[in-house]
Amino acid sequence: MTDTITFGQEISNLLHAAEGEPLKTCIQCGTCSGTCPVAGYMDNSPRQIIALINLGKKEQVLESNTFWYCASCYHCTVRCPQEINITELMYALKRYSIWKNRYKEGLIGPTFSEAFVKMIVRGGRSFEPVLATSYIFSFNTREFVQEIQGATELLLKGRLPLLPARIKRLENFRRMIGRIIPMGGLE
Amino acid sequence: MKEFAYFPGCSLEKMASSYHMSAMETTQKLGVKLNELDDWNCCGATTYFYIDELLAYTLCARNLAIAEKTGLDVVAPCSACYKNMFFTAAHLKKDEDLAEHVNFALEEDNLHFSGNVKVKHLIEVFAQDIGPDELKSKVTKPLEGIRIAPYYGCQIIRPQKEKEDVEQPQFFEELISAIGATPINYPLKMRCCGGSLIISSRTAALTMVRNLLQSAVDNQAAVIATACPMCQVNLEVYQQQVNLEFGTNFSVPVMYFTQLIGMALGIPNKKLGIGKEFVAMAPTPLAVETAWGLPRKTK
Ligand code: SF4
Ligand code: SF4
Ligand code: SF4
Ligand code: SF4
Repeated sequence: MTDTITFGQEISNLLHAAEGEPLKTCIQCGTCSGTCPVAGYMDNSPRQIIALINLGKKEQVLESNTFWYCASCYHCTVRCPQEINITELMYALKRYSIWKNRYKEGLIGPTFSEAFVKMIVRGGRSFEPVLATSYIFSFNTREFVQEIQGATELLLKGRLPLLPARIKRLENFRRMIGRIIPMGGLE
Repeated sequence: MKEFAYFPGCSLEKMASSYHMSAMETTQKLGVKLNELDDWNCCGATTYFYIDELLAYTLCARNLAIAEKTGLDVVAPCSACYKNMFFTAAHLKKDEDLAEHVNFALEEDNLHFSGNVKVKHLIEVFAQDIGPDELKSKVTKPLEGIRIAPYYGCQIIRPQKEKEDVEQPQFFEELISAIGATPINYPLKMRCCGGSLIISSRTAALTMVRNLLQSAVDNQAAVIATACPMCQVNLEVYQQQVNLEFGTNFSVPVMYFTQLIGMALGIPNKKLGIGKEFVAMAPTPLAVETAWGLPRKTK
């Protein structure tokens, strides 16, 4: 009981290269939310998410679509007067939510990310990743653009004709990955 | 002759082959040699960072280690690759623990990264190593009178790398001026295109693309210039979607800055991948030439 850490500390620990608890220094000025091009679509604005974390509202944070809607544009980060890396925080929340296997119903982000990583671990290279646009596009199947949702489903089911260019030293590559993550988890 | 290690990234293999072609042609013409990295792997864009940070760093570090062996600075044409490589190199340099972990994994491929590689974006090679003055002196067919909207997007300038201007950068404008065209100033030149949200939130993504196109068009852009395959694809391919969704009528060519530079250097369109666009509405060389009075090319 004494050594349980708070939700805020837990999240701070996930922030790479951050000292102490940077979120605690947030002055709630709202610069991040004002800058964020996606704030209008988020359940909670970046500023609110930080407030919720600092208040220990874990459930509410994990229920939120905020970090899955973050486009990683770093606009908030370059403007925060407290130099809080808000984009990094959004990544941390994504990872946290994947680890805990807890995410808002209907969000495609987590499944999609995992499918993508598997694809690269197998092949070494992939077609264009994060932006579904891009790799759908890379097959020159213009129609897919009209049906991105459908195409993504196909991708997740492994039915898109993806033939990633494999790297030459694939065995070494796989062993290299094996030293980082147990392959069992990704196969 | 300046020489760099070159990490094309997976999107340049297919989707953005015109970027690759025009990068090769223009650098060669300007006395810069790009040597493609041997057996590189996909850097994973941002997705690895969602799942496993250490894996993400390791994947980037493998490419960095391969580059380090060449003793050259490494250049990436994709903004996402650039950002990932840049910050991986920076973190590994700073964080011994992390470097040790990563190098342990790299051993499996007989590689080691000791932090001695400088990472550059392709546009920096033009803006810094070549420089606008040198470029200007090589221009044979200035793109006079053409209004070009420089689109910086996100990851070339953000997060901040050193002390560079992240609010009002000008290097893209300077390159456009150097080829004789007119760089337009529009408020959204550094705003995110939102393309990565197309799966999680189509409305958000399309709205952001629309705002960008609108901002460029309101300022009479004839062409949008990009320095990233993802930005290019998002702005080009979603125009049709945006038009359907919002009843707009956008038809703005979105070209790689290397294609525009190539035209000004007198390189034939074909070698720049112009006319190879996947999307029908993309600018055919003819459309660009006639609509905006580009100098006619010899075949
Ligand atoms: S800009 Fe920084 S200090 Fe201001 S609310 Fe956002 S995170 Fe807090
Ligand atoms: S990085 Fe994410 S949270 Fe920050 S401004 Fe961009 S979209 Fe918003
Ligand atoms: S950022 Fe994208 S294009 Fe570049 S290598 Fe990584 S996954 Fe491929
Ligand atoms: S594709 Fe869009 S989100 Fe990605 S760097 Fe370019 S502008 Fe930003």
